[in-house]
Amino acid sequence: MSSTAKHTTLELHGHHDDHGHHKETFITKYIFSQDHKMIAKQFLVTGIVMAVIGMVLSILFRIQLGWPEKSFPILEAFLGKWAEGGRIKPEFYLALVTIHGTIMVFFVLTTGLSGTFSNLLIPLQLGARDMASPFLNMLSYWLFFISSLIMVGAFFVESGPASAGWTIYPPLSALPTAISGSGLGMTLWLISMVLFIASSLIGSLNYISTVLNMRTKGMDMWKMPLTIWAFFLTAVLGVLSFPVLVAGVVLLIFDRSFGTSFYLSDIVLQGQVLPNEGGSPILFQHLFWFLGHPEVYIIIMPALGITSEVIATNSRKPIFGYHAMVYSLIGIAILSFIVWGHHMFVTGMNPFLGGVFMITTLIIAVPSAVKTFNYLATLWRGNLRFTPAMLFGIGLVSFFISGGLTGVFLGNAALDIPLHDTYFVVAHFHLVMGSAAIFGMLCGVYHWFPKMFGRMMDDKLGYLHFWVTFIGAYLVFFPMHFMGLDGVPRRYYAFTEFAFMKEWLTVNKFISWAAIIAALGQVAFLYNFFHSMFFGKKAVQNPWGSNTMEWTTPVEHLHGNWPGEIPTVYRWPYDYSKPGHHEDFIPQTVPFSETMSSNLPHDFEGNVEAERIQQEWVKTHQAEKV
Amino acid sequence: MSTIVSPLDEVKTGPWSGGKSPFSVEYGKLMMWFFLVSDAFTFSSFLIYYGAQRFSKLSWPNPDVVFQSIPGLADAGYPLVFVGIMTFILIASSVTMVLAVEAGHRGAKKEVAWWMVATIIGGFMFLGCQALEWTHLHHEGFWWGAVPSAEEIHHLGTNHVGATQFANLFFTITGFHGFHVFSGVIINIIILIMTLSGTFQKRGSYLMVEKVGLYWHFVDLVWVFVFTFFYLV
Repeated sequence: MSSTAKHTTLELHGHHDDHGHHKETFITKYIFSQDHKMIAKQFLVTGIVMAVIGMVLSILFRIQLGWPEKSFPILEAFLGKWAEGGRIKPEFYLALVTIHGTIMVFFVLTTGLSGTFSNLLIPLQLGARDMASPFLNMLSYWLFFISSLIMVGAFFVESGPASAGWTIYPPLSALPTAISGSGLGMTLWLISMVLFIASSLIGSLNYISTVLNMRTKGMDMWKMPLTIWAFFLTAVLGVLSFPVLVAGVVLLIFDRSFGTSFYLSDIVLQGQVLPNEGGSPILFQHLFWFLGHPEVYIIIMPALGITSEVIATNSRKPIFGYHAMVYSLIGIAILSFIVWGHHMFVTGMNPFLGGVFMITTLIIAVPSAVKTFNYLATLWRGNLRFTPAMLFGIGLVSFFISGGLTGVFLGNAALDIPLHDTYFVVAHFHLVMGSAAIFGMLCGVYHWFPKMFGRMMDDKLGYLHFWVTFIGAYLVFFPMHFMGLDGVPRRYYAFTEFAFMKEWLTVNKFISWAAIIAALGQVAFLYNFFHSMFFGKKAVQNPWGSNTMEWTTPVEHLHGNWPGEIPTVYRWPYDYSKPGHHEDFIPQTVPFSETMSSNLPHDFEGNVEAERIQQEWVKTHQAEKV
Repeated sequence: MSTIVSPLDEVKTGPWSGGKSPFSVEYGKLMMWFFLVSDAFTFSSFLIYYGAQRFSKLSWPNPDVVFQSIPGLADAGYPLVFVGIMTFILIASSVTMVLAVEAGHRGAKKEVAWWMVATIIGGFMFLGCQALEWTHLHHEGFWWGAVPSAEEIHHLGTNHVGATQFANLFFTITGFHGFHVFSGVIINIIILIMTLSGTFQKRGSYLMVEKVGLYWHFVDLVWVFVFTFFYLV
């Protein structure tokens, strides 16, 4: 049996080799492409468009928060009845925060990030001709595209898009008549998410089987770059956690449309007692957060992987603690499944259970800290090159630390009770997974742009973009900690109307200005991105002096990635500044026999014969020197 | 340098050293396994939800009383007989699927086709039985968000809340499982057509039959759990 399986794999490889000779039309090349590099670009561009939409939504609600009394006639011109008299309506405010969260979490930082870089890098860094299944890969993109259209399309529905928050807690989301956003908008949200989950599942299955099955000769698991480890574990998390949301969503759909009471009980709606009894909204929260917590690691892990790669390359040093980095990723991945209860400390959870979730949550700080210290140790006394990608990588580390510290506060059940659902939480996750992950994504875009488009992005605009975004993000999210400590609740339309929160109005104005300026800073990126795509400086094959395999492919893309045979891998991906070598990097594909002056005994992984040859070489050369 | 590989550059050839699949399986089979793990999580969520609901209720309909009819034969008095027949049919269809896979290993096209036909018939029979079961319960008054009269509920050994949640969960979870069976039957039909048109013969391997078989067995296994939770305990 196993021989048949091997035979089929080989057959497939052969099939891919032939692919380059097919004639490609515009449609097969740019639209229904099955080439992983093109699909990666499709994911990236769609992700960027969604990110811009998500950002514009956030600016809209920042305008409301900063200037709650003021009328902006231009808003009415664009938003019509949602901003009558130039002021954003409360219902629309709720829709804005909901769709902002949904788009950013799922469409930008899950699929925009993983979809782009897993697709681009898994085959290229592992030495594969393409994904395990190019067809399913294409299907994954198109399902994502349709689900994006539906999500954004909800803005054009009369009753408006979903407004129950990105966590869509019932009963609010389960009762179509509860608020206008729980009507058709919520239905569209659910349809969009079902398609999204299908897309994500297909994508993840593809990434996993490619990583397991299609590594080139010599690429054992411990020679994989950290990016690949991160993408692999992210895909595993996706495969195990999204199906639980499917169950939660299916039950919610039945509650909404088929008269069941899975999440509903004892409800009075608009003066009417509803017949539903026996359900429990808390059960939805369990199902949601069983996905929801791994989801935040689905978001941050690829960003961490990308940063590991970029920081090592641009410090010209091996990543500090490669094995520790992998084990901490694995640790985070496993722990992420047993901490979901920390989102539910205030649901009336048994205090003992709260304690258990608190301990598991705080344990996650250990692998996270291992990663952080390893980044810092990699940077320490490195030969730093401040490319825009490097700056964004360092920015990620900064956000991961400052946002991670508040995670330790919020993980404590006792501290979470006063801080729950305040701006402290908003500040925490926007730094640790929002800003950090988007910086990881931008870091990847700046670093691999030459690989994707064969051209370089402009450095100066990159620096401008970095500083505006970095300072802007801190100015936006840092003050929110203090608001949260003062008890300001999140998701409120006009909390400054309450006397005790009035004093925060000036801070709100400040934050809104910072947000607007940071948003304008993104124009530098958008211009840089689209302009460089066509007019950027032509890239050389290996512009960053990098070790990983993607830089051994020709600049011009070909279907199948490498002309001729796929190179063999001999060494790990972090041989930067290896003592004795004349260059400060040795790509993974360079055999040890070509680098005699820098080989170390442990490079041979117990190959006694090789160690002996190396020792003899060293002896003769020392003799020559003397 | 000579063309002979220097001992320095010897690459290890273990199962995980790259250049081959560590489990010696083709990618599609690997994907199917991971998909099944994923799907298992969905069903587990449903069944855990079911458990949480059932244990939080004071009483629950007694399955021996709810399921005691054999549609077309007897209206009462045969607890769990009909569902036993259904389960037997589904498990028998798994057996025919195994035989189809086995015939595929031998490359016996005709046998694969016949066993696939048998599996498809089994699938349709199961779905038909499920339709009868649903119709029967619907006639008794159960549906999504609907339960029989108070008197009837009392006869089942439960109260209104227990009966409501039972009905909601029964139709949703067996429906979700039935949907899986239905998809499986459709996929089986596609595989049958591909077998008959000689696609696998040309490919030289009936691996597709095996992959679909994995799915079919999984759906079968899930039914065992659904059956246990709704009918036995």
